[in-house]
Amino acid sequence: MDTTLSAQIVYQRPQSLTEATMHYCPGCTHGIAHRLIAEVMDEMGIRERSIGVAPVGCSVFAYNYFDCDFVEAAHGRAPAMATGIKRLLPDRIVFTYQGDGDLASIGMGEIVHAAGRGENISVFFINNAIYGMTSGQMAPTTLPGQKTTSSPRGRDVETMGYPLRMAELLANLDGAGYVVRRSLHDPKNIRMAKKAIRLAFETQLRGLGFSMVELLSTCSTNWGLSPLESLKWLEEHMIPYYPIGDFKVADALKEIKL
Amino acid sequence: MAKELLKGNIAMAEAAIRAGLEGYFGYPITPQTELLEWMSERMPALGRAFLQAESEVAAINMLYGAACTGARVMTSSSSPGISLMMEGLSYIAGTEVPVVIIDVVRGGPGLGNIAPSQGDYNQIVHGGGHGDYHPIVLAPASVQEAIDLVVLAFDLAEKYRTIVFVMADGNIGQMMEPAELPPMRPIKSEYPHWAVRGAMGRERRILSSIYIDPKDEEVTNYRLMQVWNQIQANEVRYREYFLEDADTVVIGFGTAGRIALSAVRAARAEGIKVGLLRPITLSPFPAPQIENLIQRVKGFLVVEMNAGQMLDDVLKVVKGRVPVEFYGRMGGMVPFPDEILAEIQRMSREDIPLDGDPRQRWMKRLAPVIHWQN
Repeated sequence: MDTTLSAQIVYQRPQSLTEATMHYCPGCTHGIAHRLIAEVMDEMGIRERSIGVAPVGCSVFAYNYFDCDFVEAAHGRAPAMATGIKRLLPDRIVFTYQGDGDLASIGMGEIVHAAGRGENISVFFINNAIYGMTSGQMAPTTLPGQKTTSSPRGRDVETMGYPLRMAELLANLDGAGYVVRRSLHDPKNIRMAKKAIRLAFETQLRGLGFSMVELLSTCSTNWGLSPLESLKWLEEHMIPYYPIGDFKVADALKEIKL
Repeated sequence: MAKELLKGNIAMAEAAIRAGLEGYFGYPITPQTELLEWMSERMPALGRAFLQAESEVAAINMLYGAACTGARVMTSSSSPGISLMMEGLSYIAGTEVPVVIIDVVRGGPGLGNIAPSQGDYNQIVHGGGHGDYHPIVLAPASVQEAIDLVVLAFDLAEKYRTIVFVMADGNIGQMMEPAELPPMRPIKSEYPHWAVRGAMGRERRILSSIYIDPKDEEVTNYRLMQVWNQIQANEVRYREYFLEDADTVVIGFGTAGRIALSAVRAARAEGIKVGLLRPITLSPFPAPQIENLIQRVKGFLVVEMNAGQMLDDVLKVVKGRVPVEFYGRMGGMVPFPDEILAEIQRMSREDIPLDGDPRQRWMKRLAPVIHWQN
């Protein structure tokens, strides 16, 4: 009896990702977010009609990693640029990939109005509570008391204001079809995040309006923690302030079983 | 097509539509708002994209995205709105995608007012956004010319993958004149090799203004400069009036040029040998034409509705070889033909010095005109 098993592939690079080596730091969850989006693009067969819009921030080079058409926006303007593309090409799948400085600070106007218009685009929002690319300054999502290079004694809400809960904020708008928050800190939450990414694209395909998945993420380098400590810090500090949940789900999406 | 009585803003909007415009993104601002309103009615009726953006910042970035699809797209605004668009303009220039922008210039700086002005010359012609780039800038002096230049703007933008401005002023935008619109061109059916429209059966495409390695950015800058050299060699446009025997030449563009023409005609009636050079492309600037005139004229009079922004470009060409005088009105004030006629008469009587600063001399002459109290 032959006891050797034939090789079986159980895990491989999604077709929607290129073979480029990612530049992200060890312990960073951008790579997981990229992979999840690419897996969903593969499963839905939308790679060839997708157009991505990259932000300014750590994921500024996102276009190197997705094997689909891409443009690179000015800081915070990805939703406006995506709007321009989607209005000219309504049958394409248009998505932005933005960090917290990009989306919740400099791009606040563009994201609120894209959601308010019910712009049929999907937004993947990486919230790691810090500016990564410029090496660790305070973000609009930095937690109260959190130390950064521009809040060295911790974020004092008396002078620096309070963190912004973007998913809750945007879910209030009538134009939003699907707005949820997920986390990338453990396998269960990563699986939940993938389903949410799928539902965001389904929202767009069905013309149900603006969709956004906020993804709680880590920044080991600028948090000054090991990758493992970072995952724990996210769970213990970020989730209490930024609860995981569905803040807006259009009725037509509720019948989709994944 | 027959001539109709058309308002400048609406004529420019309809001209763009007939040139095959596929997408318009804009924000209301006086004195260009009729253009946006016309688009809001016509574009959806034709099944084309129209969107009133939440700001000029958003409008220019929507335009940027739309331009990446290779479609004919445009925005319009007026001076303060154009200031807000400078970020997006630099990105568009760096990405080398074609766009058309109409600027119906108003009085400034700051909120200023809604009267006609040419105060955006430097911001548009000499940059505004960061980095080295040169848009083409077209300056109409009538509603008919505005129509013709809007159509030309799209062709030039696509030919050179560049930004083309139509720099009108509140006068051109608001004035009604008989003019003829072009026939409706079909929407293009083929899109350029760089357009981002989804990677269907082909390699993916990326449009970006990032060249993270300075060596690559330098090569990109070199390419932009080479295109600019071609534009300078091939696209200079201007109109000449009474230049054959002129010993004094007025240089003015847009509305100021048109008013200057009235003054030149009146001076001719008095026997003064004066002509007019009206630049139509402010960028590329008709420097070679001015250079040719230096050989045979006694002096130039530059007339603008600003404090002498084009004057500096004229002085750069003339280099002190013949006298240059300046006359401008600012802040939304429009000169009367008589004011310019008086300048022409003075130049025909007096010896104008080669040295000194024409702007300082003009300020002294202007002070009593504006009742300046020191």
